[in-house]
Amino acid sequence: MRLIVPLRGVIQGRGGLFVGSLIPCCLFYVLQLYLKRRRSPPDPPPTSSRSNLFSRGNSIGRVRVSSRAVPVAKPTDSPYYIGLERVKADPYDQMNNRDGIIQLGLAESSLCFDLLQRWMSENLMESMMIQSDDGEFDISSIAMYKPFEGLLELRVAFADFMSRIMGGNVSFDPSNMVITAGGTPAIEVLAFCLADHGNALLIPSPYYPGFDRDIKFRTGVELIPVHCRSSDNFTVTVSALEQAFNQARKRGSKVSGILFSNPSNPVGNILSRETLHDILRFAQEKNIHVISDEIFAGSVYGDKEFVSMAEVAVSGEFDKSRVHIIYGLSKDLSIPGFRAGVIYSFHEDVVNAAKKLMRFSSVPVPVQRILISLLSDTRFIEEYMASHRQRIREKYIRFVEGLKQLGIPCAESDGGLYCWVDMRSLLTSYSEKGELELFEKLLSVAKINATPGTACYCIEPGWFRCCFTALADEDIPVIMARIRQLAESARS
Amino acid sequence: MGLAENQVSFDLLESYLEKKNPEGSMWGSKGALGFRENALFQDYHGLKSFRQAMASFMEQIRGGKARFDPDRIVLTAGATAANELLTFILADPNDALLVPTPYYPGFDRDLRWRTGVKIVPIHCDSSNHFQITPEALESACQTAHDANIRVRGVLITNPSNPLGATVQKKVLEDLLDFCVRKNIHLVSDEIYSGSVFHASEFTSVAEIVENIDDVTVKERVHIVYSFSKDLGLPGFRVGTIYSYNDSVVRTARRMSSFTLVSSQTQHMLASMLSDEEFTEKYIRINRERLLRRYETIVEGLKKAGIECFKGNAGLFCWMNLSFLLDKKTKDGELELWDVILKELKLNISPGSSCHCSEYGWFRVCFANMSENTLEIALKRIHEFMDQRRRFLII
Repeated sequence: MRLIVPLRGVIQGRGGLFVGSLIPCCLFYVLQLYLKRRRSPPDPPPTSSRSNLFSRGNSIGRVRVSSRAVPVAKPTDSPYYIGLERVKADPYDQMNNRDGIIQLGLAESSLCFDLLQRWMSENLMESMMIQSDDGEFDISSIAMYKPFEGLLELRVAFADFMSRIMGGNVSFDPSNMVITAGGTPAIEVLAFCLADHGNALLIPSPYYPGFDRDIKFRTGVELIPVHCRSSDNFTVTVSALEQAFNQARKRGSKVSGILFSNPSNPVGNILSRETLHDILRFAQEKNIHVISDEIFAGSVYGDKEFVSMAEVAVSGEFDKSRVHIIYGLSKDLSIPGFRAGVIYSFHEDVVNAAKKLMRFSSVPVPVQRILISLLSDTRFIEEYMASHRQRIREKYIRFVEGLKQLGIPCAESDGGLYCWVDMRSLLTSYSEKGELELFEKLLSVAKINATPGTACYCIEPGWFRCCFTALADEDIPVIMARIRQLAESARS
Repeated sequence: MGLAENQVSFDLLESYLEKKNPEGSMWGSKGALGFRENALFQDYHGLKSFRQAMASFMEQIRGGKARFDPDRIVLTAGATAANELLTFILADPNDALLVPTPYYPGFDRDLRWRTGVKIVPIHCDSSNHFQITPEALESACQTAHDANIRVRGVLITNPSNPLGATVQKKVLEDLLDFCVRKNIHLVSDEIYSGSVFHASEFTSVAEIVENIDDVTVKERVHIVYSFSKDLGLPGFRVGTIYSYNDSVVRTARRMSSFTLVSSQTQHMLASMLSDEEFTEKYIRINRERLLRRYETIVEGLKKAGIECFKGNAGLFCWMNLSFLLDKKTKDGELELWDVILKELKLNISPGSSCHCSEYGWFRVCFANMSENTLEIALKRIHEFMDQRRRFLII
């Protein structure tokens, strides 16, 4: 507005300021009109009479998205996602890209694909292409609207499956179950149901980085980490919960519940029956909810017994309506692409609300038919789960042994598709900065994507999650050699 | 007759799925390798081949009058999820979307439940065939303004549910003009675009945008689509947000993790939809059959003395029973609805559930049943009307 300054000298006295502002504004407006007229195309396209108006740039400004949307589109600053993106750009391939980045950042298993592949080739078509009475394929069995919470047969099959893989000591009632398009919507729906906008969930850390997006993107619910320490093998304690709860209250945050994974992610430890009792007792005292994400329940390879929170809930000691379980087939059955998850709740209102919300996240009917067939094939499921556990165990032993030989220990773990690796000896400085530097060196020099503890809100620097269930045996020595090289150059 | 499902062309789908190599249609032609990718694939970008097939299908429906870029397609588990997701992205809690009445009752849930966003109706009436007028738009804006509610966009369904009619090109242009002036978004739910009886009568907002270069205009336009109506596959849960706004595409993609389309479904449909010979035939035959059904029901209702709104699309007709109302009120309408439900055993949707400002209109679906069943329904209506006439005469 350089026009205003010289004019101020010209306009003096009363009303001068007003006129002194008015004149440059008028001039500015006239200038804009002139420029706009010059900018408009001489020959508007004949097809639409309106395009003339539009192409003159008459719009008031750029249209905006919601304030909820703004942070979502921004480039991520989480090492968890950054690592995944870097692998995508340069993925290791034994044949075609031996210098690529080896993926240890995604908790996926391909160890039992051969079994699944065989089952699918023998059963998939029949399970999906249901025939009507005249023996002809009847598409209405897979094409039409079905209840969004999942077919009853699927919920029955899931209930049975979950009971089997969780030790057989707890039974699940299909009417308490809602089938979701994966574990991700299951978590979000529970957050919507159990907490109001602005409330918080306590979550033992280190925790799965995906929870940040799952909970924070749309629900408006806050996550408050409850720090666990290596001295406890990163197992949550009641005193830590108590401290976090009180601190939250002082800050004015209302805590609605506790969310935790069991087997835990990223550490891989299985919570003991005692710990589960402690957590539920604590929740009862504070009158809050408990969400137990048990998505790795069937991926247990150690000697410890897995106990579901559902088992503790029905023990009679507690009010079970505060207990909610999340499950899914992405980890135990290695079919994350199918998108099949479960919300299991003892609270009738939560089940009813979740059912209604499934209109936004339901499993396609043909996929439900396949899953009914798959989960009800108990002979196959027994064989599959036994092999799944066995092969994870074998891979775990190989991987951890390889690290041990490099002088790199791991936290004790009994479940999950990963291990929690202590790389403190490789840090140049014992700090978050040092850890992120090591993360970058692992990515760019050693060409390995491992998820740093910072991404998981771990209070102690130097820990990394390494997923090993998508590795071939031949990949492990390659990884160890790369880490050795990095370690040697760090020490020199 | 209350559920807008399309069963008229199931036979076409069945014969396609049976004929083609099952392995091929399930997970592409890669066989064993295909399964591995299928099982693990959970990339929120969606399978490129599937997005390309979807884009091509959407272009075919519009007779090639608009092009769709597969990279602007964001997949969601159904249009329900697409509408909700767009609402999260375009509006904050307590903001509003303007929606012309009568509208699909599901919007009350889909657009509002979790988003905290409000719907302010744009009142349309039969005096001008329920078309949106600039006055109605301004009036809706004023209502929002008076209630201190910020308007973030207009959401239309084109072809309209429950009217069963396409929106005129001029109205679309006026709408876009309005949105530009108010600096708000325009969402066009085109879920019934493939169910327009005569393709030439449909103008998609995509065609309007096709001729616009100004990004600040284009980037406020978003289209929702799904296979639930045109392909009769609501059980498959396949929907999309197609946005001309890069930021919305990026955001929607990331948020689609809550509502991903199963990789299995993507594979199954990708090969079917890339078969242009099949899709061209399907779209054509589907339209013909829907038109025939529409004509049957409208004729049948006319013979019974009932007039319908002149529609040209969709899986339903908009029937005018206002002359049967004892009282021209919502209660009067619901009483009549109750009678039709209990005595005629026909489930149709009352206009008040669609927020229609005139009482006595009902939406009647005709594509979710066999032709036999449709005949039976018409017979019941005939008898009911005969009885009514006799009663009135006496």
